[in-house]
Amino acid sequence: MQFTVNGKKVNVRAYPMKRLLDVLREDLGLTGTKEGCGEGECGACTVLINGEAVCSCLVPLAQVKGARVKTIEGVKHPIQEAFVREGGTQCGICTPGFIMSALTLPANVSLKEMQERLAGNLCRCTGYMGIYRAVKKGLKAKRGAKLVSLRVKKKSQKRKRVRSI
Amino acid sequence: MKIVGRNLLRKEGMKKVSGKAQYIDDFSFPGMIYGRTIRSSIPCGEVAAIEFKFDKKGFTTLDYRDIPGKNVVALIEDDQPCLVEKKVQHQEEPILLLAHPDREKLLQAEVKISYKQETPIFDFEKSPKVFKKILIEKGDLQVGFAESDLILEGEYRTGHQEHLYIETNGVIAIPENGGITIYGSMQCPYYVHKALKVLLNLPDEKVRVIHVETGGAFGGKEEYPSMIACHAALLAVKSGKPVKMIYDRAEDMAATTKRHPGIIRHKTGVRKNGELTAVEIDFLLDGGAYATLSAVVLSRGAIHAAGPYFCENIQITARVVMTNTPPNGAFRGFGAPQTQFAMESQMDRMAEALSLDPVKIREKNVLKKGLTTATGQVMEDDCSALTVLQEAVKRSDYYRKVRTYKGTNKGIGLSLVFHGSGFTGSGEVYLASKAALELTKNGARILVSSTEIGQGTRTMLAQIVAETMGIHYEQVEVQEADTNLVPNSGPTVASRTCMIIGKLLQRCAEEMREKLGKKSPKEYLKKYGPLVITKQYEKPPEIEWDDEHYQGAAYGTYGYECSIAEIEVNPIIYGIRVNRVTTAVDVGKAIHPILAKGQIEGGMVQGLGYALLEQVEMKDGKMTNSQLTNYIIPTTCDTPILDVVLLEKSYRHGPFGAKGLAELPLDGAAPAVVNALRILGHDIRELPAAPERVLESLLSRSNIDQRALSIGR
Repeated sequence: MQFTVNGKKVNVRAYPMKRLLDVLREDLGLTGTKEGCGEGECGACTVLINGEAVCSCLVPLAQVKGARVKTIEGVKHPIQEAFVREGGTQCGICTPGFIMSALTLPANVSLKEMQERLAGNLCRCTGYMGIYRAVKKGLKAKRGAKLVSLRVKKKSQKRKRVRSI
Repeated sequence: MKIVGRNLLRKEGMKKVSGKAQYIDDFSFPGMIYGRTIRSSIPCGEVAAIEFKFDKKGFTTLDYRDIPGKNVVALIEDDQPCLVEKKVQHQEEPILLLAHPDREKLLQAEVKISYKQETPIFDFEKSPKVFKKILIEKGDLQVGFAESDLILEGEYRTGHQEHLYIETNGVIAIPENGGITIYGSMQCPYYVHKALKVLLNLPDEKVRVIHVETGGAFGGKEEYPSMIACHAALLAVKSGKPVKMIYDRAEDMAATTKRHPGIIRHKTGVRKNGELTAVEIDFLLDGGAYATLSAVVLSRGAIHAAGPYFCENIQITARVVMTNTPPNGAFRGFGAPQTQFAMESQMDRMAEALSLDPVKIREKNVLKKGLTTATGQVMEDDCSALTVLQEAVKRSDYYRKVRTYKGTNKGIGLSLVFHGSGFTGSGEVYLASKAALELTKNGARILVSSTEIGQGTRTMLAQIVAETMGIHYEQVEVQEADTNLVPNSGPTVASRTCMIIGKLLQRCAEEMREKLGKKSPKEYLKKYGPLVITKQYEKPPEIEWDDEHYQGAAYGTYGYECSIAEIEVNPIIYGIRVNRVTTAVDVGKAIHPILAKGQIEGGMVQGLGYALLEQVEMKDGKMTNSQLTNYIIPTTCDTPILDVVLLEKSYRHGPFGAKGLAELPLDGAAPAVVNALRILGHDIRELPAAPERVLESLLSRSNIDQRALSIGR
């Protein structure tokens, strides 16, 4: 079966009903894509197929013939550092899936739209707040730009969030 | 301070966002085969016959007779077998183990087990077998009730909760050097180490346990990894090959531990002005089939049962009992979410009965410096219960919202909770944890068995060391927890990693800084050779605890949290939407504010799941909704805006003043939501507050709503 993974053509010989998730992890050694539930509920295995975010545990190999598949290994985007800086990643197992889904969002995404479009990805660590912060800042940042600006906080913060008592 | 208190890049962060971080399922070893567990399908009885319905050629199969040492998963009581010998005590209990190089063949292998069934115990109120009983007494209840103007009783119930870490349990066992090496997803490498020694009858040095990147744990990987590691190890020893065992979601949910269901009964005496005069609490937990950590969960739950309040007369009786269900175990909060849900509901019911303001009744009774807890522990300077309460009230604009929400379908409710940091009572003394710091050419390397499970162990410990030594954060490395390379720092649990292990490392770093003097690490190593400094826990002299009578300082210190939940009830389907939660929390010192805040935010959402959504359905002692499709945890769409403010009331024995923090939001989330429902007239006494329970609460309300209901129909 021929298809493209992260811009490179691959030819995989495997059972056509083998899950794309297993093909990526076992046949191609791309273990950045994770399995969380195996039933399309948690989104940990999200990859992009022809630009669309899809749970790779629900896709049989036969379906990706000729398609463009993108996994976390093929991503180089400021959103990644934003996930680290803003607390969008804790244990990290859901992170690749979240990043893949987030990459399909528009740069000026609203909170409500973010909540709706990311509802197929589950995170048990962050309570999602860190993920919203990361997605918002990461999508705004220009590609290739360093995220130094994220570290600078406005001094005139009205209500301090950490305070000695 | 240059490093502590700053939001530095978390140590393994970039690996996690690029797919390079390796979790257990990402590892592979030459010749590796796969393992599988064959489990019981009855809740109670005896194994009568086993029939293999497949060709055993190419398979490794084994049962309890293949265990070289003792057939137990060694923990506290040693009552849980690694594999069933004859007696089955719960559904999904491991009986046989299989391994094969081909995963598909392994999954297809069918084993038929017939049983002699016995009558199981499911109702934990009727269980005759008690694992542990606790009695806490203070003052005289009768005197307290006599002094009261009102006596209020209440019964509260809580259900199971599944951890639902997104990475299921998994290990790889490798037979090597005449012993066994385990790589795995876990919280406590030395728990696994201990269990394997007993099971395989091996000396210390023949067992090696290595923690790998762990995809969430929350207590669910405290004791259970010992079980799966024991299974993989047996298969590895018998087959002579590396064995990988990774549970799928259904197996993980049905077979591994959960939060203990509880029943908490209160009888409280209170004066007209809201002052507590007598607090009587009876606390019952469902332990499941084996003792595991139930006794300790019970203990923490009981100690926290009266909440962060002072009362002269308190009696808390607690017991955890056996049922024929999979053992319940550690889960973030460890007994305290159950009891503080009850106490905080009771506080609001008292306020309601006396027409008092929920804030005022708490202000009246709150623990302050000089006052004592249920166990007689005298509160010190760092008791901040009142401060967090007032901060959250102010920040959320509570009073204005109470007024504006009146008469609408919106409600606002609050909870005030505390949580002891570190092991309970003499626990830290028994653990006698060690931490070490090794001088490297570039700086220092941290050697601890405390694991990174998402909470930021590596980052936060490195910040403490760097700050103390006066070196850069980047100069501090963290050794992966490997029992061959790191000392036993105790388990990664109980909000103890920062406060206890962080402090040990701070002491190591202080000494290392002194030893170095003006020399650079490179110069020192050249002149004097390698340097490793190890420190062991020393009990602060004022912490006195009486294990027998449950009296004294149960914890070195406590973190405090006030949460205010704003909710909206859909009047047609009784769906509850949480719109906002404001949380003020005293963490002593936020070593890394974003990580600290992340713990509160994440815990709060787990707590909201516990409050509203998460329900384990049991049938014949088996979880029937062991899938993400029908066990519902909060998604982005169920999650409100969380406004977290971190307050820092320094604890003198914590590193830079830090206390424990990550369990607090599990204690506080559910009662805040339920108290918001109460304001709307829904008297909820059982978690989760699912729509059907809200409807039930309406049905049980006196006549007034019957008409409204019939209209609804």
